[in-house]
Amino acid sequence: MFNAILVIIVTAAFSQNFILVKFLGICPFLGVSKRVNGALSMGIAVTLVMLLATLVTYPLYTYLMVPLKIEYLEIIFFIFIIAALVQMLEKAIAKFSPSLYRTMGIYLPLITTNCAILGVTEIVLARDLSELASSLTGGMNIGFALLYALFAGLGFTLAMLLMGGVRERVEHLPVAKCLKGFPITMIAASFMAMAFYVFTLLG
Amino acid sequence: MNKYAKIATDGLINNNATFKLVLGTCATLGMSSTAFDGLGMGLSVTVVLLLSNVIISLLRKLIPNTVRIPAFIVVIATMVTLLRMALDKFLPDLYDAMGVYLPLIVVNCVILGRAESFASKRPVLESALDGVSTGLGFTVAITVMGILREFLGGGALFGIKIMDFTIGFFSNQAGAFFVYGVCIALFVFIGDRIEKSRRVKQARSLRLPARSPLSEPAAEREGTDV
Repeated sequence: MFNAILVIIVTAAFSQNFILVKFLGICPFLGVSKRVNGALSMGIAVTLVMLLATLVTYPLYTYLMVPLKIEYLEIIFFIFIIAALVQMLEKAIAKFSPSLYRTMGIYLPLITTNCAILGVTEIVLARDLSELASSLTGGMNIGFALLYALFAGLGFTLAMLLMGGVRERVEHLPVAKCLKGFPITMIAASFMAMAFYVFTLLG
Repeated sequence: MNKYAKIATDGLINNNATFKLVLGTCATLGMSSTAFDGLGMGLSVTVVLLLSNVIISLLRKLIPNTVRIPAFIVVIATMVTLLRMALDKFLPDLYDAMGVYLPLIVVNCVILGRAESFASKRPVLESALDGVSTGLGFTVAITVMGILREFLGGGALFGIKIMDFTIGFFSNQAGAFFVYGVCIALFVFIGDRIEKSRRVKQARSLRLPARSPLSEPAAEREGTDV
């Protein structure tokens, strides 16, 4: 059991890192990683929404959509659930913690169209992950799905933080004009992806 | 230039979704490891973009302004669901290769962006043309990246092996970021060159001396290019 949990954690956060290995959630990675603080807030918000979205979509799919044979509606259902969750979370944070809302609020609406969220809800249902889970223990269940979502979110936050730190320095480099902005950021991300490539060898 | 030619060139080159606006990056990075994957992804996005632009343009007077974003998302998600069924039935290889990136076409910013900024305001024919040209601009860009990465990383072109010398870096994740960065830089560089030569021509046709204030910004820019 402990072994299984460890494998899921390493897979979700490092060897299948959402940004640097699976290329999910690149838009916030490029858009909101200019400062370390912003990157951290975005990472936490994404982790929270990932957990909530998986908590709702995984049981919905397994216990409702599969028995009713309406799996083909998954994309439409999932995107609506994510949009609704983001809206509710925004309202809840605004009500209970105005100071948190001020730092995190602006990032919340952006999360609906973040591919990392829809990505995690699809990946926990995909064949690869359920094969991995059943090779370790009895099979895929909600606990594994949530664990995967949590550590995928933390891996996302880690990559955002690293990029925030790198970009604070890269912005001031005297590079050629055509490399300014996105191109040099992409090349910096390329070096980070090289570092994360080592984790994919863990298997 | 007439209206339709302008829409087409805007979508294909001037506002190229991939290299100019840097939208839809997840799909571009994830599906450009071979030329075929890139082409498949690009054409899938083009189909969804065309259909969603046409439908949203037809419904633009019926959709209330306050709920337009959810309405657009429903239209796009429906189109992606249909595409997914069609690919599963007719092109199972591509379906498997696309994996999680296929449902993620729903959250591709290019499609929602065109719905919001173009199709919700313009007539059907213009929206259809905009959808096709933006989609093809995306397709060309992702296929070019696929060709580069497949050639350098696997020594092949469209699945046909042509050389034994390969650089593994280009076929893994780091190579995707690197090739994308270099492609954007080249696109900006070539765009600047064309713009500069156009300005020089314009200045000549106005019978101004070569070092006129008009050509000054271009000359200045050249200095920083190096």
